[in-house]
Amino acid sequence: MNDEHGSVFDGLLGGDSSQWAFGTGFEDPLAGVDTTPPGGVDPAELATYCLMLGDDALIMSQRLSEWCSRAPDLEEDIALANMALDLLGQARLLLARAAAADPRVVPALPDGSPVPPEDALAFFRDDRAFRNVRLAEVANGDFAHVVVRLLLFSTARLALLERLRASRDTVLAAVAAKGVKEVTYHRDWAGRWFLTLAQGTEESRRRLLSALDALWPLQPELVAAHPLERSLALAGVGVDPASLREEVDAVLGQVFSLSDVGRPERAPLAGVGGRTGRDGLHTEALSLLLAEMQVVARAHPDGRW
Amino acid sequence: MNAARRAAEAAGRTHDPDADDARRRAAEAAGQVRDPEMPMLTLTDLGVLRGVEVERDANGARTVVVSITPTYTGCPAMGTMRDDLVHRLGDAGFDRVEVRVVLDPPWSSDWISERGRAALRAAGLSAPGPAPRRTGPVALTLGPARTAPPCPRCGSAATRLTSEFGATACKALYRCTDCAEPFEHVKEI
Repeated sequence: MNDEHGSVFDGLLGGDSSQWAFGTGFEDPLAGVDTTPPGGVDPAELATYCLMLGDDALIMSQRLSEWCSRAPDLEEDIALANMALDLLGQARLLLARAAAADPRVVPALPDGSPVPPEDALAFFRDDRAFRNVRLAEVANGDFAHVVVRLLLFSTARLALLERLRASRDTVLAAVAAKGVKEVTYHRDWAGRWFLTLAQGTEESRRRLLSALDALWPLQPELVAAHPLERSLALAGVGVDPASLREEVDAVLGQVFSLSDVGRPERAPLAGVGGRTGRDGLHTEALSLLLAEMQVVARAHPDGRW
Repeated sequence: MNAARRAAEAAGRTHDPDADDARRRAAEAAGQVRDPEMPMLTLTDLGVLRGVEVERDANGARTVVVSITPTYTGCPAMGTMRDDLVHRLGDAGFDRVEVRVVLDPPWSSDWISERGRAALRAAGLSAPGPAPRRTGPVALTLGPARTAPPCPRCGSAATRLTSEFGATACKALYRCTDCAEPFEHVKEI
């Protein structure tokens, strides 16, 4: 680095306390952004919709970050952490947008708690209040498992974000426009590894097919419409996931055909009385994930981080 | 200017057209803040500094309003940029600073200035090529990565992608097969 930056220790004497940590106080990720809901949209519905998209990103990010230090090599370890970070950023904005649309979705915390609304949503909701698809929450497996999960997840999310750019909600449209650029890289990464594992050794192909078989029952939920998604799509704010089915199938078909892998024939994982992740009905895996993700924040609701 | 005036009025402050000199000094101070992860670039070089305005409230108190946009949604450097802006403007005599986030339009690597590109190259990094312009469904890229950038050290075109995800969200890792050196490339987005 050139000399004008001097020693890294130069700044340690003098200045104010804010230089020691990210501690200059509350920092709103939507500071200065107009969060007025578009006309004709119920703020509570908009907030729930933002939770759906935000929880998908948050829970997927948490599963990806569990890979940190466990990937087969350093490059892939960094790649998984980068993707986790992109999704965490999307989650942060979407949960903040949910809270701004309807503050009633934010769990109540002790008076004077410094926890910002998006963190309260991430760390102080119970499993039944999470609206993510179940594909995001199931426990991690081997490397083939994360490749397949990311391929299925990012293919649907990229198609969704690409359409969400036209949302009448300017915050959702902006998050989507940025997200498209990021998730394009995620999907390409997963697609390339899918191809590599399929054409690799007998063992890599066996593991890939086994992961695909295990995760496929969770794929249809990505392109199934919850009534709320349908109604917000009609209002020009959201995207109906069912309308993405053809495009998602085409992309997956392209990867499967290049990899010489047949489209799996497994029935979708049933919900409870037809209700699934979007309704807050999850697998046991989510409770375990949340227990680990939330325990420290919940033990210190007045904590500053 | 109209948008800035509207935003100022919405915040209960008046836009101060006579404060051109203050605005110029504030813009100069803010423009000198460096990116914490690529300190060879100022926020202006990187294209994340989107506006500097000076506003006065009813009591005549002066606030500098700085608008920045994240390079990537999860960019962890935003907090540091915000703190650095507050400090740098404080040193320049502006005690009240408000940092706003602008999300639309999303940051593009095309916004990195010519000066910024030269600074990247001087530091051994490869500057981004033109960002892809997309409309409609995004095509899948399963083959070898997008165009391979030339080696910033020896200029050879024989380079190979190591990973599209590098030490920070905005960089990919490449290796030159001629001089055998690895290098970082700022991604086109």
